[in-house]
Amino acid sequence: MNIVVCVKQIPDPADPPTMDEAKGTLNRNGKLIMDDSDSYGVEMALQLAEQAGGGEVTLVSMAPNNETSGLRTALAMGAAKAVLISDDTLAGSDALSTAKVLARSIERVNPDLVVAATESTDGYTGTTPVQLAELLGWPSVTFAKKISIEDGKVHVQRQTEVGYDDVECPLPAVVTVTAGVVEPRYPSFKGIMAAKSKPVDQLTPSDIGLDASQVGAAGAGQRVVSVEAAPQRASGDVVVDDGDAYQRIVQFLQELKLV
Amino acid sequence: MTIDRILVIAESNNGQVLPASLELLTEARSISDKVDAIAWGKDTASLAAEVGSYGAGRLFDVGDIGESLPGPHVASAIAAIVNSENAPSIILAPTTYDCRDIIGRLSVKIDRPVITNVVGLDQEGDAISSSHVLFGGSQIATAQFTGKMPWIFIVRSKTFTAEPSSGQPAEVVGIQAGDLGATANASIVSHHVETQSGPKLDEADVVVSGGRGLGSQEAYSMVEELAELLHGAAGASRAIVDSGWVPYSRQVGQTGKTVKPTVYIACGISGATQHLVGMKGAKNIIAINKDQEAPIFSVADLGIVGDLHQIMPKLIEALKGLS
Ligand SMILES: Cc1cc2nc3c(=O)[nH]c(=O)nc-3n(C[C@H](O)[C@H](O)[C@H](O)COP(=O)(O)OP(=O)(O)OC[C@H]3O[C@@H](n4cnc5c(N)ncnc54)[C@H](O)[C@@H]3O)c2cc1C
Ligand SMILES: Cc1cc2nc3c(=O)[nH]c(=O)nc-3n(C[C@H](O)[C@H](O)[C@H](O)COP(=O)(O)OP(=O)(O)OC[C@H]3O[C@@H](n4cnc5c(N)ncnc54)[C@H](O)[C@@H]3O)c2cc1C
Repeated sequence: MNIVVCVKQIPDPADPPTMDEAKGTLNRNGKLIMDDSDSYGVEMALQLAEQAGGGEVTLVSMAPNNETSGLRTALAMGAAKAVLISDDTLAGSDALSTAKVLARSIERVNPDLVVAATESTDGYTGTTPVQLAELLGWPSVTFAKKISIEDGKVHVQRQTEVGYDDVECPLPAVVTVTAGVVEPRYPSFKGIMAAKSKPVDQLTPSDIGLDASQVGAAGAGQRVVSVEAAPQRASGDVVVDDGDAYQRIVQFLQELKLV
Repeated sequence: MTIDRILVIAESNNGQVLPASLELLTEARSISDKVDAIAWGKDTASLAAEVGSYGAGRLFDVGDIGESLPGPHVASAIAAIVNSENAPSIILAPTTYDCRDIIGRLSVKIDRPVITNVVGLDQEGDAISSSHVLFGGSQIATAQFTGKMPWIFIVRSKTFTAEPSSGQPAEVVGIQAGDLGATANASIVSHHVETQSGPKLDEADVVVSGGRGLGSQEAYSMVEELAELLHGAAGASRAIVDSGWVPYSRQVGQTGKTVKPTVYIACGISGATQHLVGMKGAKNIIAINKDQEAPIFSVADLGIVGDLHQIMPKLIEALKGLS
């Protein structure tokens, strides 16, 4: 069972994010880390490979400046190797061009299953993995809250508006996971040491047969025209509870004729 | 490029078009007088009157797709429309699980990018600008397509208000999906409904939500009781959904539902930006939190600093006395 996990490396969400106003893109020059949303996919893939009795977990990431620190975190959790696509021409990619880059890279690995997060923390379009599945010509199951593999099929509990559906899908397939699908492990000291020598295959778009006009800002068919401060909601009364503050709520609801 | 036809994805559930699709039909008819809708399922034709009354002239019917996930079928049908004389200039889809799947596949089939998480559309002649919440709502970005039509937008629910017009039932036009290869091989084996009584979270007039400050899963029953007393719906922060206290269908925020009730009551919720984007549009916000510095107070019309275990039981008793 060979599994690819898509791992996005993003600016630390704890640091205040900034936009490059001229280009209309997020600044990604500082240190990047593994998107927390992808830690669930990495853990899920490791467990599925183990249950299948073997096989490799390979990470695939597109990121600026040959960034590998987020990949090292996932390698330290137990993934075997990584493919990193990095190039200046990729800056400003939209989700569709990102999917094209990921698809070409994944074809080289030829896995049985691709796991991604339902949506990333920074861009959160939630479209890249399905675009990827269509490019590969594979079925996809999104919003998985539980995954198992039996008889060459992936079985997924897929979240719905009212609960969940049991979905069955033959391999190869793309599955996207939600937070909570599994509890991600913390990398052990041994894992962190081992990760340092695990192979990271570094590629450019031309290595995977894409030319500069298809990717990055050049390939993106949309642009940000302005960024402005949002109108702020004014705050109202804040009262410290003296034992009777609940009456303020009752009064507030009465004024709105809700009680 | 001139804006001509608009195609709206009319997702339905139990024979009714989702409010989010009706909102988009309402917006579409203010941009163009040529609005079409597309739907799939067993008895799609029965939706013709409803989409027609919201302004759709035609309803493309993909038909019964059995227990397949809809993404590949509907994307293929829309691609066929795009390659016909009925080609739309703009495609509008609500932010739902299935529509994201449909649009992701469509985007590849017709090689067009997608603008997602739209919270506003502005038309100026033949240009459309979309607005987007950035960084949890502190900033608003405006985006535009630079390339060829059709322009595809996935819009957050509650961005527009659904209003019927006096339109006639839409003309039903059958449309076939093409060869789907392996892509259509995912199928639903069984459906599971987690019971929920009372109004729906994203349609309720009152929403009472609980967060990690409740301290335990058991304490969520106070949230449910309060919601019931106010004829509202119970919601939650992601923290307690991820902890498994309540199902995901109750989550409010960036990765959950957007709600715009008359009153939103946040109990033991800190007010992280990803939570705020889902409820800041409420007409009135009441917050109960023991930490005076909690960010939720910066958006609250009435903030109570105190222990929810003291305040909520008294509030529930008082409301019982009034009803
Ligand atoms: C605020 C903001 C808004 C944006 N809006 C849009 C928009 O409307 N339309 C658009 O086309 N682009 C948009 N972008 C750009 C988009 O975020 C990037 O193109 C990005 O490369 C892919 O999209 P995503 O992060 O939204 O991925 P999603 O589709 O949300 O990602 C889902 C999963 O796919 C995998 N994945 C995604 N990117 C990578 C990667 N580079 N390497 C490895 N795995 C990956 C991860 O598992 C990820 O969790 C936006 C960016 C920002 C910052
Ligand atoms: C990509 C991404 C998407 C996300 N999407 C969402 C989303 O859709 N929705 C969402 O909600 N979150 C989302 N989050 C998570 C979000 O960042 C917060 O972690 C989450 O909202 C916190 O939930 P909380 O307020 O319940 O918990 P906490 O932040 O832990 O807050 C608990 C609060 O309870 C108060 N409290 C404690 N005890 C008491 C008491 N006895 N009485 C009164 N008050 C008390 C505390 O003062 C505190 O303010 C997302 C995060 C990421 C990274």
